[in-house]
Amino acid sequence: METTREGIVCNNLDQMDVVFDRTEVLHDTPTSYCPGCSHSVVHRLIMEVIDELGILGDAIGVAPVGCSVFAYHFMNVDMQQAAHGRATAVATGIKRVLPEKIVFSYQGDGDLAAIGTAETIHTINRGENIVMIFINNGIYGMTGGQMAPTTLEGDVTSTTPLGRDIYRQGHAIKITEMAALMDGSYYVTRQAVNSAKTVRKCKKAIKQAFQYQIDGKGGTSYIEVVSNCPSGWKMTPIEANKKIDDQVLDYYPLGDLKTPPKGA
Amino acid sequence: MGKKLLMKGNEALAEAAIRAGVNGYFGYPITPQSELLEYMATNLDARGGVFLQAESEVAAINMVYGASGTGKRVMTSTSSPGFSLMQEGVSYMACAELPCLLVNVVRGGPGLGTIQPSQGDYFQAVKGGGHGDYKLIVLAPNSVQEMADLVYLGFDLADKYRIPTLILSDGALGQMMESVEFPEYNVEEHLVDHSSWTTVGRENGREQHYITSLHLLSEKMEEINVHLQDKYKKIQENETRFESIQTEDADILIVAFGLSSRSSQKALELAREQGLKVGILRPITLFPFPSDELKRLANNVKGILVVEMNAGQMVEDVRLAVGSNIPVEFYGRMGGMIPQPDEIVEKIINLSKQVKI
Amino acid sequence: MAKLHGHIKIEIENCKGCEICVNECPQDSLKMSKNINKKGYHYAVLEDDTCTGCTNCALVCPEAIITVYRESKTAKEKIATISDVKDNISISVN
Repeated sequence: METTREGIVCNNLDQMDVVFDRTEVLHDTPTSYCPGCSHSVVHRLIMEVIDELGILGDAIGVAPVGCSVFAYHFMNVDMQQAAHGRATAVATGIKRVLPEKIVFSYQGDGDLAAIGTAETIHTINRGENIVMIFINNGIYGMTGGQMAPTTLEGDVTSTTPLGRDIYRQGHAIKITEMAALMDGSYYVTRQAVNSAKTVRKCKKAIKQAFQYQIDGKGGTSYIEVVSNCPSGWKMTPIEANKKIDDQVLDYYPLGDLKTPPKGA
Repeated sequence: MGKKLLMKGNEALAEAAIRAGVNGYFGYPITPQSELLEYMATNLDARGGVFLQAESEVAAINMVYGASGTGKRVMTSTSSPGFSLMQEGVSYMACAELPCLLVNVVRGGPGLGTIQPSQGDYFQAVKGGGHGDYKLIVLAPNSVQEMADLVYLGFDLADKYRIPTLILSDGALGQMMESVEFPEYNVEEHLVDHSSWTTVGRENGREQHYITSLHLLSEKMEEINVHLQDKYKKIQENETRFESIQTEDADILIVAFGLSSRSSQKALELAREQGLKVGILRPITLFPFPSDELKRLANNVKGILVVEMNAGQMVEDVRLAVGSNIPVEFYGRMGGMIPQPDEIVEKIINLSKQVKI
Repeated sequence: MAKLHGHIKIEIENCKGCEICVNECPQDSLKMSKNINKKGYHYAVLEDDTCTGCTNCALVCPEAIITVYRESKTAKEKIATISDVKDNISISVN
């Protein structure tokens, strides 16, 4: 693959160590995501974690319907495509018959918090020992930018052309807070990937979640990643990442909502 | 094994599934099949499988999808309104070629309907209740013994062809008690090696397996459809099953499946006592439909009476197979009512007058 | 501690021109090229000799197309040259 032919030339590359390289658990395929999309970043983090934890032979993922419907073309692990909203039910089926395998679901806001709400609540209520990854970008990207359950009040989408009005369309749903309230959830955290700092923290959280499953810790590990949608929000990627800092994180603050007790 | 037991249909089916090596049962309560769910809840975990009551039929069929993708024998059961909820999942499983056993213990409809037996889901079962060009293998038991026997056949066919297989039962068959004998069945000998496509983790770094029904490129989607149609043709050629009762010398042929075939059997006895030569063709596979046998019989009989517990569903397939050379009449009860033998005899007499025998 | 010299390589044909790496580099070493790649995107380029190999750019890159190098803390010394290889060889260094 051709690398840059412009810019600074390095004369002492043989004196250097590689400190970051693309994991082989990502397919070579370029992603179909828009420039700057958080999906791509989170895909990479999950694959790095699977690589580093050495669980390639045990990892099975479930892809949603949405922009990441083709997740299996980018994530080079065994995966199943689920119907819209049903990813955690599919993950439950896999985990129940293969309890020693490491199962994760990967969903957007429509999948997890609209059509899949019942599956989300009950998978967590049962404390299924899986990792749930929730990509929350407050919009339905794949279908052209419609309102999501997590679209913020006042935000313009193709189905809220005048901005989301809570009296007509309801509030932005706090599904992650609901997850933390349930006894079946083990580790619930909200992360982001809009800066190097948040990316580092997000990866740590993902690794922790997978480790809990490897250790057979009871309960569901649930990671919400507050994400961008430059196309849907009609912004540049940098502007979209800034909107997360300036507006989204006020309503959906980062941090752990539930952690297991020390020594558990 | 070799022992005759008196069992309720739903429970016999569940017991047969456990003996056939079912690894996972995911279901939801709905009358008149909840006993199947409860039997699994009581017995499956202790006998090598996993039972889970899902939060809805929608969740249940998707759990079946997930578990089937790992190569395990899995099943669900429900009744008509629940089966409607499952249609999306069934279509996905048909396209992704995931084997599983489905059971619909049909009740009167449409809508919430009644809990009494019906055959009103024939179209949904045989013509595809979900979207797209697909078929399920549909097996129609007419006794508690067959509620058990068709389970073994169902799992074997599902594995052989990588296709969801449906047992189309009804509320009476599910609830009634008859004697049943479970056959010898060595599960290991019947299991199929699915390791070339199952998602169990990339063991030893083998290449990725993924299971999907999404194929955006039309050329590819058409290829998939052509492959599915070829499969259904093979099934049609090799897996048709039916029962013939006194059809060799029949003037009037009754075509009936499931419970209505039981009433028809009694009607056959009564009609024969009156000197009318009646026979019954009982499809056991509704897909594949015994069209060839029906065509053959249509050359020898003078009239056909189709008896169903619906407004006339299988009769369309009978007419399609037979053409217009001989009359094909229909008698049906709806809403949970069961056709009675004397009602059927009356129809036989009318038909025989019509065809002048 | 002396600033370590670092370097990055970018697979420019897969760059989508999102500019997040440019924004994230603490040294402002990255710029967007005025040229475009085969897909029509302006791609990121390491322009200045101020890269420290901090990996920030690679961490935020959605396409995972950045490889990051950093000067070893221990100096590396050439100890052998391998040439004229015709078949398999094995080398062990004590």
